[in-house]
Amino acid sequence: MIHIDALTKRYGALAVVDDFSMQVDAGESVALWGPNGAGKTTVVRCILGLLSYEGSIEVDGLDARKHGKAVRRRMGYVPQELSFYDDLSVLETLDFSAALRKLPTQRVDEVIELVDLGGHRDKLVRELSGGLKQRLGLASALLPDPPVLLLDEPTSNLDAAARESAVELLHDLREGGRILVVTSHHLEEVGMLVDRVVAMEAGRITVECPPNELAERLGLRAWLHVVLDDAPIADAVDALCSGGFDARANSYGVLVEVSAQGKGRALEVLRHAGIGVADLEVWR
Amino acid sequence: MIGTAAAATRDFEFDLVATIARKELRDALRARWFWLYSLGFAVLAALLAMVALPQDIAGSSGFGRTAASLVALVQLVLPLIGLTLGAQSIAGQAERGTLRFLMSHPVTRSEAFVGTYLGLVAALVAMCGVGFGTAGVVAAVRNAGIDAAAFSRIALLSWVLAAAMLGVGMLISTMARRSGAALGSAVFAWLALVFFGELGIMGTAVATQMPVNVLFFSAVFNPVEAFRLASLSALSGSLDVLGPAGTYAVDTYGESLEWLLIGVLLAWVIAPAAVAWLRFVKGRDL
Repeated sequence: MIHIDALTKRYGALAVVDDFSMQVDAGESVALWGPNGAGKTTVVRCILGLLSYEGSIEVDGLDARKHGKAVRRRMGYVPQELSFYDDLSVLETLDFSAALRKLPTQRVDEVIELVDLGGHRDKLVRELSGGLKQRLGLASALLPDPPVLLLDEPTSNLDAAARESAVELLHDLREGGRILVVTSHHLEEVGMLVDRVVAMEAGRITVECPPNELAERLGLRAWLHVVLDDAPIADAVDALCSGGFDARANSYGVLVEVSAQGKGRALEVLRHAGIGVADLEVWR
Repeated sequence: MIGTAAAATRDFEFDLVATIARKELRDALRARWFWLYSLGFAVLAALLAMVALPQDIAGSSGFGRTAASLVALVQLVLPLIGLTLGAQSIAGQAERGTLRFLMSHPVTRSEAFVGTYLGLVAALVAMCGVGFGTAGVVAAVRNAGIDAAAFSRIALLSWVLAAAMLGVGMLISTMARRSGAALGSAVFAWLALVFFGELGIMGTAVATQMPVNVLFFSAVFNPVEAFRLASLSALSGSLDVLGPAGTYAVDTYGESLEWLLIGVLLAWVIAPAAVAWLRFVKGRDL
């Protein structure tokens, strides 16, 4: 349903997206994953027709360049930078958004309930926290109940609890044949939300795979900080090094380097050595 | 290029334009600048009406003085408001990111541009209405013997001038990368139109002994001058204020002179706005 062929976006001599091709079928959810500056947001903005580009983008068989309005009618978009009209209230913002989509005002009430903004409907946008603005963005995107959702770092402004409920909501939104295109640099979030990950770096696709394979394919590493339960730190370091890990003492615990998908094996090694774990933390 | 002008106009829907225009007008009516400008305009108009209307010369000549003073006020203040408002429109929205929010909806660039333009024109019309209304009430209370037709014509010409200046401002806005730069350019354009235009032409005319027909056309090409001459013509039927050039214009164009001046003003409404629209439709990344 989304077909991108040889998409290139240049600013002067610099190609921020370079020969990017991707196909997303109905009902599929895809993450554009990569560090800041990889070109994820640029791809999303090109799909929406906000940027000029080389190459071609088709949505539902429609050329996004020639039929931008019809393409946008099929999409809901949550931008990374949430720039609403500061002097409008939540309700007025959604009313305006609904009017531009020719939707009944009753739909505004529905999405306000859906994203739990009921207690903030009369607040001005400028009075909202980052998390509430993110919810407003999601509400605006969900207004038309679109077949395609473009979510640009949809949880970047949320605290841990809000992120969890947002991920749950987005997970539910995958139902019913809807396409989800999510940009993110959170590996765990991507794993929960999508069927396929397109990893990008410097505007190009580096890896395309299911989310559970991404860390291994990219050779991603993490550090596990383990706080021990009364065992000597040196014993834990020895056990982990014998088990093939790079481990070292760290003030009141052990630091051990693991693959992004292999944290459990390090804990297994400690358990076999009879060393109890009181607490742990993942450092990237 | 984002798209072609033809593609942008193909899906033009007036109800979407009206939605955007209503939002712009509502924003303006809530904004501090609108009430400051309106209040300032109304107070100045009221003061001018009172100063120009001592009780002993009330009557039609009193009204003429009030109207002439209003014309002088409008030609100074309205271009500044229209230009700065227009300059802030596209560049300001782009800088704040709200233009990207708007354009992520199923809206064409043409609809966004026309809606914004019409909303701002409506705000300027409302603002002028407050000023002219106040002046009219003061003149009526002081028994000025208002010539309603002439007064209405001047108000209408003010609205046309406001629309023209807004279009020039929006053209500046589509050319500027930053709203600050757009604002600076708008103020410079205002100085050029209001001060340099008149003084420059007068200075050049004296220095070069400019022929009267060239002097006349140099003056009326400036929309602010065209407004002033059309208003004074509506008020008194003569262009004595322009000296020999005015006599030349009345002798040469007679009855059609007013239409020539209105034509110049309308050209200033259409041309800058059309160029701004084209630039916006074909233009910048958001």
